Amino acid sequence: MRKTAADPKGVLEGSHFLDGDHAIAEGALAAGCRFFAGYPITPSTETAERFAERCPAAGGMFIQMEDEIASIAALVGGAWGGQKVMTVTSGPGLSLMMENLGLAVMTETPMVIADVQRAGPSTGLPTLPAQQDMMQIRWGSHGDYRIIALCPDSPQECFDLTVEAFNLSETYRVPVFIMADETVGHMHEKVVIPPAGEIGVVERNWYEGPKADYRPYQFTGKDVAPMVKAGDGYRFHITGLTHDERGYPHLTVDQNEKVVTHLIEKIDSNADKIIQLDESEVDGADVVVVSYGITSRIVSRAVQLAREAGIKTGSMRLITIWPFAEKRIEELAGKVKAIVVPEINYGQMVREVERSAAGRCKVVSVPHCGGAVHDPEVILDAIKEASK
Amino acid sequence: MSIEVNIDKFRAESPMTDFLRMERMPHIWCPGCGIGTVVNSFAEAVKKSGMDMDKLAVISGIGCTGRVAGYVNFDSIHTTHGRAIPVATGLKLANPEMKVVVVSGDGDLTGIGGNHFIHAARRNMDIMVICVNNFTYGMTGGQVTPTTPQTANASTTPYGNYEYPFSLPFLADACGATYVARWTSLHARNITKSIREALNHKGFSFIEVIAPCTTLYQRRNRLGDGLDALEYYKEEAGVEKDVDTREVGIDFQGDIVMGRFVNQEKPTYEEAVNERYANVLGDDYQLYGMSKPEREEKAKREAEERAKVQALMEDEEAQMMAEDMGVDEEGL
Repeated sequence: MRKTAADPKGVLEGSHFLDGDHAIAEGALAAGCRFFAGYPITPSTETAERFAERCPAAGGMFIQMEDEIASIAALVGGAWGGQKVMTVTSGPGLSLMMENLGLAVMTETPMVIADVQRAGPSTGLPTLPAQQDMMQIRWGSHGDYRIIALCPDSPQECFDLTVEAFNLSETYRVPVFIMADETVGHMHEKVVIPPAGEIGVVERNWYEGPKADYRPYQFTGKDVAPMVKAGDGYRFHITGLTHDERGYPHLTVDQNEKVVTHLIEKIDSNADKIIQLDESEVDGADVVVVSYGITSRIVSRAVQLAREAGIKTGSMRLITIWPFAEKRIEELAGKVKAIVVPEINYGQMVREVERSAAGRCKVVSVPHCGGAVHDPEVILDAIKEASK
Repeated sequence: MSIEVNIDKFRAESPMTDFLRMERMPHIWCPGCGIGTVVNSFAEAVKKSGMDMDKLAVISGIGCTGRVAGYVNFDSIHTTHGRAIPVATGLKLANPEMKVVVVSGDGDLTGIGGNHFIHAARRNMDIMVICVNNFTYGMTGGQVTPTTPQTANASTTPYGNYEYPFSLPFLADACGATYVARWTSLHARNITKSIREALNHKGFSFIEVIAPCTTLYQRRNRLGDGLDALEYYKEEAGVEKDVDTREVGIDFQGDIVMGRFVNQEKPTYEEAVNERYANVLGDDYQLYGMSKPEREEKAKREAEERAKVQALMEDEEAQMMAEDMGVDEEGL
């Protein structure tokens, strides 16, 4: 989709010393987000605080809702009210959002949800990092659907990927997740915010045509219909029920197949365009470490040590988590001895790697139950073991 | 004997044509249900108000009343269960030009959506909430709700309800709603008038309409059909003025106190936001690009519009009284 320059009112141009949470808020403002509804939860609250402080001068609205259910529900209303919208949360709040994540998916409502992950289950370790929600965002709302998820490993990427998240969200009319974690969220680093003219922003694809002909949906499995906003006379209707092109309930098995297939295919058929990976020395490697987010920064040390020990080690960082880079993993699996997957959970994305590798190579999980990052030595040991 | 209905003729000639998505008729509601009366009164109120129908959005939750959003010809969202109010809040704040109306049932608004209800009232969010209270979860088959009177039979209280019910006008009043009224589905004219007032009200307005669920609540409690329910309303429902909302609870088949219980002016959420930001940030504050003079101009324009509508409604009422049409028999 065509990109235009960002609205300078939201762009805090310059070099800053920011934590990841604040960088997410700046990314949202730069992307043109002017409506934020949220509820405080550690370790994500700083994003809401930053947005609340910055939005009046940028011409936006912030509301602290009564809970996370209301926060994401307000985004559905806000998006059809005509704004780019976002919320931020962590573990317990994310669980509450699952209900209306489904509504957003079903009504094809663009929105961005940042999840600054902490260790669970339940209240768990509220102030400490984890990567335990990777599967929840993919499967947590009932029914079959797809979302897009991006995973930043630094405050700079928190900014960059939030802008990208809004662009993807508008392009595919789908909720897009920023999967940060407590460490990236609270880590201060240099964040460079370019001038507004250098930030590419995808504006909403507004419908232009006769009012009577407007259809909020098209079930092509490739593209999405343009949108309208409340108040412009289109008298749109949207529902969480299975619906037809007009948005009206159409409760049949055939229609459900059309809708669900479209929701899935609009992402799957565009996966190659969406997926971003960051690979290093993968060609000719015996072992490749696949990681994402904060863990990839620990991996870079482990990979360095492995290379020093004479093991041909490559690294692949998943910037896009969902849709999953299954084709690339399949390709790699045919060339390497083993893929090592460290992550701050009991083994979530490793299942996707195993599924994609489909027995072509060894797949080694390096789990961590959360609350800290891995010790690089643990990953190094796994690489050594896998290379044998 | 069969009755032939020319649906195209009906669609062309119905006074509801502009207001309803006629292509979606017939609706799903049972004979004798009170929801249709509320929709009719709503249509009447919108028509009489002369407001721009493009600037009105209707949001519903889940359930029988939750289907209203799908039938009315406005920008409309049929949300998840209980979430109509936060969706309405988001739409209103993202697009302050809109008048946003939530129409939903007692279970949806005060059971699963209770938290949203009390907070929207507390904030004096500028939305209107119409609750069709039939004391039951109709769509799922007649379960007990937060408003079911004690001893009433429901499918999940098969030996009679033992829970204390909410009195919704009291709840709304206590939480900060600035317009609160209650009617029954027999009192269509009062509902219409009340909706007109609420459409012209700035802030959180709440209208409860007691209505029969003939298929479940009426039948399960051996209360007869829709007409029997209207008989009951005729006998037991009455208007009281200057009544304390603490005193308007409803017992099983007991008195129903009706009326406009609360009608007051208070800054809305949006006004409070605007005032605070403008005080602290001065000209730096520009909500969606509107400068302070533009915001003030908009507020002035809207206040004048409200005053005009208010005067019009008062004139109409005086005229009807003069013509002895008995409109104020039930009073407001």
